[in-house]
Amino acid sequence: MIRFEHVSKRYDTGYEALARVDFEVEAGEMLFLTGHSGAGKSTLMKMILLMEHPSNGNVFVDGHHLAQMPKSQLPYFRRNIGVVFQNHQLLFDRTVYDNVALPLQVAGYPHQEIGKRVRAALDKVDLLDKERSNPIMLSGGEQQRVGIARAVVNKPTLLLADEPTGNLDPELSNEIMTLFRQFNEVGTTVMIATHDVELLKRMNKRVLGLVQGKLVHDGVLW
Amino acid sequence: MSPQKPKPERRPNRMGATINRSERAVREPARPEPRAAMRTQGAVQSKTSWRDKLDAWSAHHSNSAIESLLRLLETPLQSLMTWLVIAIAVALPAALFVVFGNVQQIGQTWQDSSQISVFLKQDTSATQAQDLRVRWAKRPDVAQATYVSSEQALEEFKRGSGLGELANHLDENPLPPVILIKPKIGGNAPDILNSLQQALIADPLVADVRLDMLWVKRLHQFITIAERFVVALAGLLALGVLLVIGNTIRMAIENRRDEILVVKLVGATDAYVRRPFLYTGLWYGVGGGIVAAIILAVGFWWLSAPVTQLADLYQSSFRLQGLDLIESLQLILIAGITGLLGAWIAVTRHLYLIQPR
Repeated sequence: MIRFEHVSKRYDTGYEALARVDFEVEAGEMLFLTGHSGAGKSTLMKMILLMEHPSNGNVFVDGHHLAQMPKSQLPYFRRNIGVVFQNHQLLFDRTVYDNVALPLQVAGYPHQEIGKRVRAALDKVDLLDKERSNPIMLSGGEQQRVGIARAVVNKPTLLLADEPTGNLDPELSNEIMTLFRQFNEVGTTVMIATHDVELLKRMNKRVLGLVQGKLVHDGVLW
Repeated sequence: MSPQKPKPERRPNRMGATINRSERAVREPARPEPRAAMRTQGAVQSKTSWRDKLDAWSAHHSNSAIESLLRLLETPLQSLMTWLVIAIAVALPAALFVVFGNVQQIGQTWQDSSQISVFLKQDTSATQAQDLRVRWAKRPDVAQATYVSSEQALEEFKRGSGLGELANHLDENPLPPVILIKPKIGGNAPDILNSLQQALIADPLVADVRLDMLWVKRLHQFITIAERFVVALAGLLALGVLLVIGNTIRMAIENRRDEILVVKLVGATDAYVRRPFLYTGLWYGVGGGIVAAIILAVGFWWLSAPVTQLADLYQSSFRLQGLDLIESLQLILIAGITGLLGAWIAVTRHLYLIQPR
């Protein structure tokens, strides 16, 4: 599903965000990406989404060689990837329903289909009763769940989450992790960036550890 | 999807830790079942028919059109100002074009009535003059030839000039007999008029031929210059409209930056992101065009009464022609297209710069 080959990223300022990173993720896997802030977690995630381009090396996602992807294909490629951000990236000028419906509207789904899928996604994250609310009225955990509903509403084959539990207490972050585990169980590849070591221990999944842009760990934490 | 998925098996690895299913999967790549199953699902989910796509596309068009219009109406004062700026820029050249069309119309009437006065020699008899008149009237380039004897000319002079008393004191009639020739040509053909003049003056009975060619030429030249001036002005003002709309759209894009970033991340095509802004530009243009049409209608209505009075004083049936319905619609259409174009330029320039980071 994801393959990094000797991937490096050096910014114009000379700062090296990633240094010769190699790893491969199988379809249907669930894994974590960890490291201190600035270790390169976000850069790595952004490369998968083609928000960043490697200075060296190759990135393959879902059979696509990203460096060779024509610009016109980029939107269609992104429709197959769900993304959850730490800061939710919700739009506060519309309802929860409209926020979740966005990926479907963009992909041109018919009206009734959008309604069905949005409600299914909101049901999954247990927010069906909040569909008419403005996300600004919701708690942090609820907002994060809206973000997750939006990320999965299009049934992506790959789900990326950047610090999805960043501002949440352990109980809420457990809830969120349960959701991710459920999506993984139905076949979605899930990759989560976090610096929460306790969480990594609890989840007991494969972990990629980054230190100063280098991949120093690949496997389950002890 | 894969309910048969085994629980992660734990096996000690080199470091004495355990590895889970996924790591084993790397070592044993031959695990086609879950992967194949997922691919099938992927294919099914992305299968939206062309009809659905078309429906969604047209739905997004009408949504964008309505939403962008509502957005403009949400800030009525700001939108009205933009509309006014556009309206003024559109109305100014349009008004000049209209005034100019009216002037041309006056010129046309004058040229139609343009006649050549052929002054005959004082001693020409009435019979000779009539013969001449009949001969000239048969010429292909003459529409009408009228004979005015010196007596008739004197009568006209007495009536028209208000110097009747003075004329009564004259011993003899100083006015020559005249044949008035109406040329049969489209008004703007100074060359034909010239050659006709040459032919008339060649007759031995003719003393003089008066053709005021100069004003025809001057009017023509004036019209050409005015035309170019208005075209240049319209071009400059159109550029102004493009810049105004471009700048307004740029601000609209900045205001919706977050939204643009999010929809780009969830896979919106450039066309999808562009669409609402193009409609915004179209509405600015169309709104400006409508306001301009109203300004022109009111302005010409306001002018038409004094112009009619003035025309009456000149015994002219001239009436000021404003824009009719079709012309007003054309004006709105042109303004709309200009708005769309301005938005297009702004969108192409600025949307490209907003990429998810």
